Amino acid sequence: MSENRSTALVQVRHLKQYFPVTTGFLRKTMLKAVDDVSFDIEKGETLGLVGESGCGKTTVGRTMLHLYKPTSGEIWFDGTKIEGKEALHNFRRRAQMVFQDPYSSLNPRMTVADIVAEPIDVHKLCPSKKDREDRIRELMSLVGLNTEHATRYAHEFSGGQRQRIGIARALASEPEFIVCDEPVSALDVSIQAQVINMLEDLQHRLGLTYLFIAHDISVVKHISNRIAVMYLGHMMELASANELTRHPLHPYTISLMSAVPLPDPKASRSQKRIVLQGDVPSPLKMPSGCPFRTRCSRATAECAAQCPAMKEAAPGHFVACHHL
Amino acid sequence: MSMLEVSDLHTSFFTQSGEVRAVNGLSFSLEKGRVLGIVGESGSGKSVTAYSILQILTHPGRIVSGSIKLHGQELVGLSDEEMRAIRGNKISIIFQDPMTSLNPTFTIGNQLMEAILLHTKRTHEEARLRAIEMLNLVGISEPEKRLNQYAFELSGGMRQRVMIAMALACEPDVLIADEPTTALDVTIQAQILELMLRLQKELGMAIIMITHDMGVIAQICDEVIVMYAGGVCERGPTDAIFYHPMHEYTRGLMRSIPDMSDDEKTPLVPITGTPIDLLNMPKGCPFAPRCDAAMKICLQEKPKEYWVGHNHLSACWMNVKENVCYTTCPEAEEEVESHE
Repeated sequence: MSENRSTALVQVRHLKQYFPVTTGFLRKTMLKAVDDVSFDIEKGETLGLVGESGCGKTTVGRTMLHLYKPTSGEIWFDGTKIEGKEALHNFRRRAQMVFQDPYSSLNPRMTVADIVAEPIDVHKLCPSKKDREDRIRELMSLVGLNTEHATRYAHEFSGGQRQRIGIARALASEPEFIVCDEPVSALDVSIQAQVINMLEDLQHRLGLTYLFIAHDISVVKHISNRIAVMYLGHMMELASANELTRHPLHPYTISLMSAVPLPDPKASRSQKRIVLQGDVPSPLKMPSGCPFRTRCSRATAECAAQCPAMKEAAPGHFVACHHL
Repeated sequence: MSMLEVSDLHTSFFTQSGEVRAVNGLSFSLEKGRVLGIVGESGSGKSVTAYSILQILTHPGRIVSGSIKLHGQELVGLSDEEMRAIRGNKISIIFQDPMTSLNPTFTIGNQLMEAILLHTKRTHEEARLRAIEMLNLVGISEPEKRLNQYAFELSGGMRQRVMIAMALACEPDVLIADEPTTALDVTIQAQILELMLRLQKELGMAIIMITHDMGVIAQICDEVIVMYAGGVCERGPTDAIFYHPMHEYTRGLMRSIPDMSDDEKTPLVPITGTPIDLLNMPKGCPFAPRCDAAMKICLQEKPKEYWVGHNHLSACWMNVKENVCYTTCPEAEEEVESHE
């Protein structure tokens, strides 16, 4: 991963996000939610981010949009470093977020029209009232909502429709980059497919770039061009979606892929499962060296001594492991 | 005789806005040592089925009609006291959320021993030993130490193991697992599913696996029931359901799941529309308003369940139209011939 000479739309360099946690009387410990993560997202691309709960994937998404102030590290967007009030304000119009829970991410006291128009109002994108209304109607039909429902409240909609409202809001400021944080996890399978298809369709029509965060690997594989795997705040592997699911290299990715239940009984019976022993260690008591070594079958003294750096194992296939 | 036999079960919730028919004429039987999967979307009545079998429905829900027989003994209409002797003893349940289904104010040991002391004649010390044995069985390290710990001290996977240990402590005949791995990560899910299958083989119990994840069904179930809007769409052997689905809803469900082995990223074919409102059930097939193949009769009359293969039943007018229905269950050989 070279320095900031690449043409990628989004560049994340050595991103760290630590949270102070009270662990005793007057004692604070740093919870390393994200520890030294670097990656690029090309224009028009979908980068999938997978990992188990607590691995820091949501924190990466939120920190990238400066919803949290990064502890250290740099975020570059379209060749500009995100630093200072003006750059941040401009960046926030061009980068948006779709949240996981369609029930708690919409204000119950606001009508759909006001929810969708909030980014327009914040960034003063529509000077006249008529423009604003036209834009709201345009956005609602873009995500397949009935425009007559603009005066309704969020509770009158089903989960899938609420997620569409959330997506319409994210599109309101005409962003180029959207962080989708588990946008379909709370939805039923049949509705999930509708929302996935819509996200793909919008990407083609509007030329969007996505960071798609999810724990369902089959969904991430379907929608992403490349996939990054995280574990305990570290990035373990990054490769194209097909390469990562077909030929995972990192011992963690290998066991993660083998644990995915396939919706095919015959394939499922012949699937060789590598069941990991034990649980993910607490991020407050991070193991020394490689974070995965406590559950890894190939762990050696070297793994305990030093944290492996990301290296290119095959063209475009990056992996952080001492044994490769 | 089957171990558990449910016939024409109707469970409703009598709300202020009307009667919600959560389970609408469900029948199935479960043999010893089999794993039955119940799959469906939220609101399809999967969990209400489980709660009906155990009769742990909360007000305003109740069983309206139907019969639930365990080893020939009718469970519907039993008194609370009689049901208490069955719950946790002959039929146990594992709930979805291991975070909220353990009591935070009692130790793990206390909660584990409660079921043992209640249903068996063991002394306190014997119950403690049994609890340790159970924790060992479900793969929890240092069981003696865990007995004195509280739920918050354990991780999600560990809590679900404790729930399984509790459910199995009295060696039930039937274990109902209501989305036992939905709240867990894939690697922990793999551990728990492996554990459940191992225990099922060792103890010879039957499992009812309730889930919305077709992957979990494919991995561990012998038979599957596909539910939609409180009714059965289709039921049959797992392979038949996955490879020869005979109901438009099952087919739609299969098409909406991304295929891991597909590198071309073929677009998904979602089921259009949204699930129906259980308060305003249509007259005909409940799936008809979302079904692309819906015919006139689908909107007018509710389809009956017909045999479409060996042990394979489906309630879809399409099968009647295409004349693939049998009045009695066809032999297994016939089914193999017709499909291969």
